[in-house]
Amino acid sequence: MTGVDDNPLVEFRDVSYSVPSLSSPIISDLDLKVEQGEILVLLGESGCGKTTTLRLINRLLTPTSGRVMVEGKPTTEWDPIRLRRRIGYVIQDAGLFPHFTVERNIGLVPSLEGWEITRVKERVTELLSLVGLDADKFAQRFPRELSGGQRQRVGVARALAADPPLLLLDEPFGALDPLRRASLQREFGELTRRLHKSAIFVTHDLREALRLGSRIALMHAGRLALVETPENFLNSNEEHARAYLETLQLHDDEEGFTGGNR
Amino acid sequence: MTFWTFLRQNWNEMLTLVHQHLNLVLISTSIAVVIGIPTGILLTRKQALRNPVLGIANVMQTIPSLALFGFLIPLPFIGGIGARTAIVALVLYALLPIIRNTVTGILGVDRNVREAAVAMGMTDRQILWQVELPLAMSVILTGVRVAMVICVGVATIASAVGAGGLGVYIFRGLRDVGNTNLLLAGALPAALMALMADFSLGLLEQHFSVEAKTEKKRASILNKIVLAVIALVLVGGAYGTWRAARSRTQSLAGRARVVLGSKDFTESVLLAEIVAQLLEVRGLTVERQFELGGNLPHDALVAGRIDLYPEYTGTAYTAILHNPPINDPRAVYEQVKREYAEKFNVEVSPPLGFENTFAILVRGTEARRLKLKTISDAVSHARRWRAGFGQDFMSRADGYSGFSKAYGLKFAEQPREMDLSLTYIALASNKVDLIAGNSTEGRIAAMDLVQLEDDRHYFPPYEAVYLMRKDSLARVPLLREVLAKLVDAITTEEMRGLNYEVDSNKRGSSEVVRAWIKRKGF
Ligand SMILES: Nc1ncnc2c1ncn2[C@@H]1O[C@H](COP(=O)(O)OP(=O)(O)OP(=O)(O)O)[C@@H](O)[C@H]1O
Ligand SMILES: [Mg+2]
Repeated sequence: MTGVDDNPLVEFRDVSYSVPSLSSPIISDLDLKVEQGEILVLLGESGCGKTTTLRLINRLLTPTSGRVMVEGKPTTEWDPIRLRRRIGYVIQDAGLFPHFTVERNIGLVPSLEGWEITRVKERVTELLSLVGLDADKFAQRFPRELSGGQRQRVGVARALAADPPLLLLDEPFGALDPLRRASLQREFGELTRRLHKSAIFVTHDLREALRLGSRIALMHAGRLALVETPENFLNSNEEHARAYLETLQLHDDEEGFTGGNR
Repeated sequence: MTFWTFLRQNWNEMLTLVHQHLNLVLISTSIAVVIGIPTGILLTRKQALRNPVLGIANVMQTIPSLALFGFLIPLPFIGGIGARTAIVALVLYALLPIIRNTVTGILGVDRNVREAAVAMGMTDRQILWQVELPLAMSVILTGVRVAMVICVGVATIASAVGAGGLGVYIFRGLRDVGNTNLLLAGALPAALMALMADFSLGLLEQHFSVEAKTEKKRASILNKIVLAVIALVLVGGAYGTWRAARSRTQSLAGRARVVLGSKDFTESVLLAEIVAQLLEVRGLTVERQFELGGNLPHDALVAGRIDLYPEYTGTAYTAILHNPPINDPRAVYEQVKREYAEKFNVEVSPPLGFENTFAILVRGTEARRLKLKTISDAVSHARRWRAGFGQDFMSRADGYSGFSKAYGLKFAEQPREMDLSLTYIALASNKVDLIAGNSTEGRIAAMDLVQLEDDRHYFPPYEAVYLMRKDSLARVPLLREVLAKLVDAITTEEMRGLNYEVDSNKRGSSEVVRAWIKRKGF
């Protein structure tokens, strides 16, 4: 991203985040590095703090203590607008603008960045076909005229639109059928590798984590339980990791899935 | 006269009133939009201001409109008599729904959508213009619609401060018993206007609602036509307003030298019209601010918005100067003259020759059956009777409370408080059995009503006089000359006759006055 290559892209330094209404912190003592070109998967059960962690990166939240560094600079020292334009964010339930067409939703950030109209249009068409939507059919629709899964795909396209170096994806494929989901996971993996993108990808689906992650960070109750490559994760003896692996075992018995051999 | 002939004869006047009304509504609503929406936006950004500002706007709405008008008249710059005061009041009423809906609309934008906008790196300004306002637009427009309908309604009362509009017909119709044509000619266009405002803004609102945003709707030609029509109406209204404003400023160049006021009933209008015509004959320019409601004529005179209006000594003595009622006419007159000079720098003309006192009226049939002559005769029957009184009589010191005590009167139920002119109809149609009318009311005989004699001399004398500012007299010496002619010039019978010509024979007041002046040879 910048010339300062020895800095990790994102770094959590002893970060805690709490709100006055809750006695225990939502995030406690988080230490985590995300390197350039890496896809880090945040895995964990519902309510463990995954979304909160993402929101700390693009400064929708600021840490109560500790620092979140992006490209070596604390988020609090970034101009929030510049910081956010460098980070594509796929919100958990798409968060599309209901009064904009699909085309305007996807083209919004490029337009804000001052791209020419024709270039924006080309980009929208390109991105729509990337997420498997026919531009002729969908570009002029409004979000309420899309299915849940189609909305999610538009959300992904929107996050990719201005070609940001870092992507934050909060369960982007949650509402998709298994077939579409598998093919999008495959495309997403190829895409990030090819474009040398970095991404933090939230899921609570272990198989998705194993398929996409270059490393998997397992969270539990606001703390980091484990950060491992997929291979090491499969062999881990850590208790929360074991609990996840057992669910996999169960599925494998049922479906004859030979997990881990990506 | 059928409504249709009435319309044909008064078409021009009615169009003028409709135009005035529309102007009041459009101007006030536009000003309220220009102030209200930015205020609403500010309140979404500054939470600490939200409750205080909404609170104030709320209180504004609860002030009765006539009270608000009365409060505004003496104020410099925004006050006075005429359209400006009315617009200020209308704007104050229209603000609340607009501010409130702007706040509700913006705060109601889906949290996820707002979060997405922030996360995409939009600035606060971009979020406001591209996300919040478009999504809140239909809610904001609902506020504008409510404000506009409120304005159409309240603007009917604006005629009480001389702002014109359809209220002129409605109030005239209410005073002019049995003239449903006037009431209809005022109320129908006002109701239509409210419906049209409601409907057209409703369409606009739908256009901006998110539900309406579908592929098909976007392309619909009908939609474009609707928008074009609304735009045309707005542009047309704005143009008319601009024209009206221009002609108003032009007429200000040859500004009226004397501003005459009157109370909001026929007799007062006639008395003011007499002075107006006598001045005009002598080459003066006169501005008529007639039919001012409630205490407005007094307030306007003291504030220097009018130079003169007709008053009654008893009213001045008790209702304005708050003296306890007495019944010596000379003493009342002298006291009023002295106190007005001291307190208000206002001169009281010599009496015009007739009295307009409260007339306690019953139905003629009843009076003959029970052989009623005096009020005391009626006391024993009153327990079975219902009474209906105008707001004025119910509220003033020399009105109902003192009157009922003086005679020991008790009615079957608490007297109905209603519009004075409606009490005559109520009495004639057996809805009530006793009312307090005016002794110069032209229709007393025509409706077979009988006036009971005030045998205990409770009511103070109500001699007709003119009140005028001393500085106006100094500025326009001709006024004194004209008023000198009118001393002791009008008898009670003459006044009843003039009232009857206007109220019952439906002749215009200026025409009636012209004929009278000619007869008198002034
Ligand atoms: N503003 C807030 N006030 C109080 N509690 C909050 C707030 N934001 C989040 N929380 C709590 O913090 C915890 C973590 O929330 P977060 O949204 O990060 O979970 P998550 O891991 O993304 O869950 P899911 O998989 O269900 O999306 C939850 O228990 C949530 O209730
Ligand atoms: Mg979440």
